[in-house]
Amino acid sequence: MLDAATDRSRTAALSSPVIEARDVSLTYASADGDVHALSNINLSIAAGEFVSFIGPSGCGKTTFLRAVADLEHATGGDLRVNGLTPHDARMQRAYGYVFQAAALFPWRNIEDNIMLPLEIMGLDEDERRERARRNLELVNLTGFERKFPWQLSGGMQQRASIARALSFDPALLLMDEPFGALDEIVRDHLNEQLLQLWNRTGKTVLFVTHSIQEAVFLSSRIIVMSPRPGRIIDDIACDLPRDRGLDIRETPEFIALAQRVRSGLRAGHAYDE
Amino acid sequence: MTRRSLISIALVALALIATAFLMRLSPMAEGLSRQTDPALLCLTAMALLLTAPWRPRFAAVPTFAASALLTGAALLLLRDADISGAAGAGFWALVGAALVCAGATMTALSDLALTDPRARKLRDIAIPAVFGLMLVMLAELVIRGAGVPSVLLPAPSSVAWRFVHALPMLFEDLVQTFVKGVVIGFVIGNAAGFGAALLVQDRPFFRRGLLPMAGFISSLPIVGIAPIMVMWFGFDWPSKAAVVAIITFFPMFTNAVAGLSGASRIDMDLMHSYAASPSQRLAKLHIPAALPFVFNALKINSTLAFIGAIVAEFFGTPVVGMGFRISIEAARMSMDVVWAEILLAALVGTASYGCLVLLERKLTFWHASQRV
Amino acid sequence: MTNNATPMMNKATPMMSGLPLLTRIRRGAALPLAAMIVALTVLWYAGAVLMNMTLVRDAFEREEVEYTTMELVAGTLDAERPLLPAPHQIVATFIDGVFNYAPNSPRSLVYHSWVTLSAALLGLAMGVATGILLAVLIIHVRVLEKSLLPWIIASQMIPVLAIAPITIVVLGSIGIRGLVPKALISAYLCVFPVVIGMVKGLTSPDRQHRDLMHNWSATPAQVFFKLRWPAAIPYLFASLKVAMAISIVGAVVGELPTGAQAGIGARLLAGSYYGQTIQIWAALLAISIVAAGFVGLVGLIEKSVARRMGAPA
Repeated sequence: MLDAATDRSRTAALSSPVIEARDVSLTYASADGDVHALSNINLSIAAGEFVSFIGPSGCGKTTFLRAVADLEHATGGDLRVNGLTPHDARMQRAYGYVFQAAALFPWRNIEDNIMLPLEIMGLDEDERRERARRNLELVNLTGFERKFPWQLSGGMQQRASIARALSFDPALLLMDEPFGALDEIVRDHLNEQLLQLWNRTGKTVLFVTHSIQEAVFLSSRIIVMSPRPGRIIDDIACDLPRDRGLDIRETPEFIALAQRVRSGLRAGHAYDE
Repeated sequence: MTRRSLISIALVALALIATAFLMRLSPMAEGLSRQTDPALLCLTAMALLLTAPWRPRFAAVPTFAASALLTGAALLLLRDADISGAAGAGFWALVGAALVCAGATMTALSDLALTDPRARKLRDIAIPAVFGLMLVMLAELVIRGAGVPSVLLPAPSSVAWRFVHALPMLFEDLVQTFVKGVVIGFVIGNAAGFGAALLVQDRPFFRRGLLPMAGFISSLPIVGIAPIMVMWFGFDWPSKAAVVAIITFFPMFTNAVAGLSGASRIDMDLMHSYAASPSQRLAKLHIPAALPFVFNALKINSTLAFIGAIVAEFFGTPVVGMGFRISIEAARMSMDVVWAEILLAALVGTASYGCLVLLERKLTFWHASQRV
Repeated sequence: MTNNATPMMNKATPMMSGLPLLTRIRRGAALPLAAMIVALTVLWYAGAVLMNMTLVRDAFEREEVEYTTMELVAGTLDAERPLLPAPHQIVATFIDGVFNYAPNSPRSLVYHSWVTLSAALLGLAMGVATGILLAVLIIHVRVLEKSLLPWIIASQMIPVLAIAPITIVVLGSIGIRGLVPKALISAYLCVFPVVIGMVKGLTSPDRQHRDLMHNWSATPAQVFFKLRWPAAIPYLFASLKVAMAISIVGAVVGELPTGAQAGIGARLLAGSYYGQTIQIWAALLAISIVAAGFVGLVGLIEKSVARRMGAPA
C-alpha cells in the first residue's frame, strides 16, 4: 500500500514542481553594509526528490530552506511551494521542519512533544495518540513515550524531532543540518534510517548539510552552493540505487560523485579563508 | 572522617570534661561535686566518646549522643542557683565539650560516603538540623549561664514558653498581618505583574520602555511608599496589602517579561512553522517556558511581602498585627513576646516558602535547575 | 532585589554600535522609555486631579467661594496636603530641600540623605566583608556548606526587617546608638546576596581549569587568588548591586522604630504624622536618586573592572 502511495506521488511529481524558485534573492542590512544571502537562485524541485544543499557557512543554504519555510522573506524573485507563496503553504501546514537542535519542549514527554503540532492543528485526542504511536514506531522509539527529552541521548532526541515533523504527514520535509551536532557513528546510523524512511514514504526532502559524504549518501540530487553572494554553482544528479547501504561509500561511483561535489566547492572559492 | 582526627577530637572533649570535674576543687563550688546526675551524664558521655574512633563510619552516633548528654548535664547544672547567671570555667568547659562533640557529629555526617539518594537527602537535612539545634542550645546555655538580661536577649526556652502561652494573641496577629495583608497583597501584586507582562510580551515598544523602568524601580527602596498607602487606604489591612502588592509587582513583572520573551529562536520558528495562532504560542510555548522565571519571582516576593506588611504597620495600624506587636513590645522591653512574634514569622515564612518550592518542583521538574 | 532584570536592559546595545544612528534609536530603549515616562507623567497628573478633586471642592465649598472647573483643576495641582501631589510640587519641594538649606541643616534633604546613606554604606561594607568571609569559609570547609549555608538561606525567610526594632532597642540599651545599629541592619540584609553570589562565583571555575591548577600543583592559596577570586569578580559585582540597593532599604527602615530625628526614614515618619504628603514624596525622590546613583556607580566600577580584566567592551 505504501508503494502504491509512493508511485502516485512520483507520477504527480512530474506534473508540477514542489519547489519553484525564479531569480530568488535575499538581501539584508548589517553593520558592514548589505549582505547578499541569496542571489538569483533558480531551482525546481519535483515531488519525491531528496535534495541536499551543501556549501560552506554563509552560502545561503539554510537561508534558502528558511525562505521556503516562510521563516525568511525573499527580497526579490518568486518562490513557490506547491504553487503557493511560502506563507500560504505554511498556513496549509505543507511541510515539517527539522532543526539542527531537536527543539523538543522539556516540559512535555516524548509522546506529548510529537502530539504538539497535532494539538495546534486541532486533531482529536485519539487520532493524536495513534499518530504519535505510528511515527514513534517509524523512528524506532516505541517504548519511550513517557520519557522526557532530557532523559534521552542526542540521537534519540533528534529521531523524536523527526517523528514530530512527520506526525502531521506533510509531503515535504525540510531538514536543516539535523545530524550536525551528533557524533559520526550515530550520524551514520540515522542516515541509514532516514534513507529507509524516504524510500518507504516517498516524501520530498530538502536537506542542508556540511558533509559531502552525507550529501552523496542520502540524496537523489545535490545542490552545491557558494557564499558572497549566496548562489548555486553546481546541480548534481545522484543516481545511486535507492536501496543503498553504508558500504556503498566505498564504491567508485560514490567516490566519483563525492569528488565532483568537492571540486564544485573548491571552484566556488569555498575555502579561501 | 579519619580515625586519627576522631581520636584527637575525643581527647579534646575528654580534656574539657575532665576540666569540668577538676573545677570542683576550686574555691567556687561548681555543681558537679554537689549533684550526682550531671556527673553521671558526663561519665556516660566520656565512655561514648571513647567508642567513637573504634568505628569511624558510625562516629556520628556516639558523638551526637555525647553532645546531647553533655548539654543535658549543663542544663541540669543551671538548676543550681550558684551556677545559673554566674557560671565559672567548669561550666564553660562542659559547654565547650558539647560544642566539640556536635561539630564532630556534623563533620562525621558530611564525610559519610553515601550512594543512596534518599540517605543523602536525609543527611542533608540532618546536618543543618544538628547545626540549628546546636545554636539554640548554645544560646540557652550561654544566656542562662552568663545571666544575660532578658531585655537584651531572652533564653530560647522562655521564648518557647511565651510562644505557647501567647498562641491566641499570636494567631490574631498572624491573621491580621499575614492572611489579610501579606496573602491578599501577594496575590494581587503577582497577578498584576504577570498580567502586565502578558500584555506587553508581544508589544516590543511597551516592553522596551517599561522593562528598564521596572528594573530601575526594583532597585529603589519601594517600602518607602508605606506611609502614602497608610494615608490612602487607612490603618487597617488594605494599606498593608497595597504596599505588598506594589512591592511584589515589579519583580514579577520583570521576571515574567524575561520568561515570556525568553523562548529560544528555534522554538519560536517551530511554532511559526506549525502556523500556530498567538494564543496557541502563548499557551504551549511562552507560558510553560516562563514558569521557572515566575517561580523565581514568587520566591523573591515571598520574602519581600512580609517585610512590606510589617514595615507598613510601623506607620499606623489597629491594635493588632505582628509589626504593631513587635514595636509596642520592644518599647515595653518584653523581648520574649517580640522573639515569639519573630519565631512565628520565621515559621510561617519558611512554611510558605517551602510550599512554593514544592509547587515549583511539581510544575518545573523539567528545568535544568530542578533535575537531580 | 531583582538582579535578573538588569542584564536584559543592555542586552541589545553592544552589537548595535555599527548601525546607522536612526536604526539605533529605533531599536534602542531610549525612545520607548521616554514615551513611557511621558505617559506616566500624564497619568500622574490625571491621577492627581482625580484624587484631590473632592478635597479641593470641599475646601471651596467650606469657604463658600464660587469656582470654575479651571480653578478646581488648578487647585488639585496646587493643594497644600494633597492625597497625590502633582509631579511639579514634588520636584519643587525636592529642589527646595536640596538647594535652599545648608547641608547640615535639619531642613535639608542632603543632610537627611547623608544620614541614611552613611549608615547604608557602613552596613554595606560590614555586610560585604562578612559575606565574602563566610563564602570563603563555606567553599573551603565542607561541613560548613552543609550546616551553615542552609541556615543562611533560611534566614531570608524570616522578615529580617522585623528584627530592626529589636536591634535598635537592644543595642540602645547597652549604649550603642545612632549610626551603628542602622548599619547593622543594613549589614544583615547585605550578607545574604553576597554569600550566595560569592559561593556561586568562587565555585564557578570549571573542572578543566581546576584540573590545570592541580597539574601545576598549585597551593590552595594560589588556586584561590589566581583562579577562584578572578572568576568570582563578576558574581561579586552582581551581588554588590543587589546589596547596595538593599542596604539603603535597611537603613531607611532602621530609622522607623526609634523615632529618629534625622534620616530619610525619619522624614517619612514625620511626613506621615503631619500629613505632609509632598514632603514624603520629596524624601522618596531623594533616596531614590541616591539609591539609583550608587547602584549605577557600582555598575560603572563593574564595567571598568571588567574591561581591565579583558571583558569585551
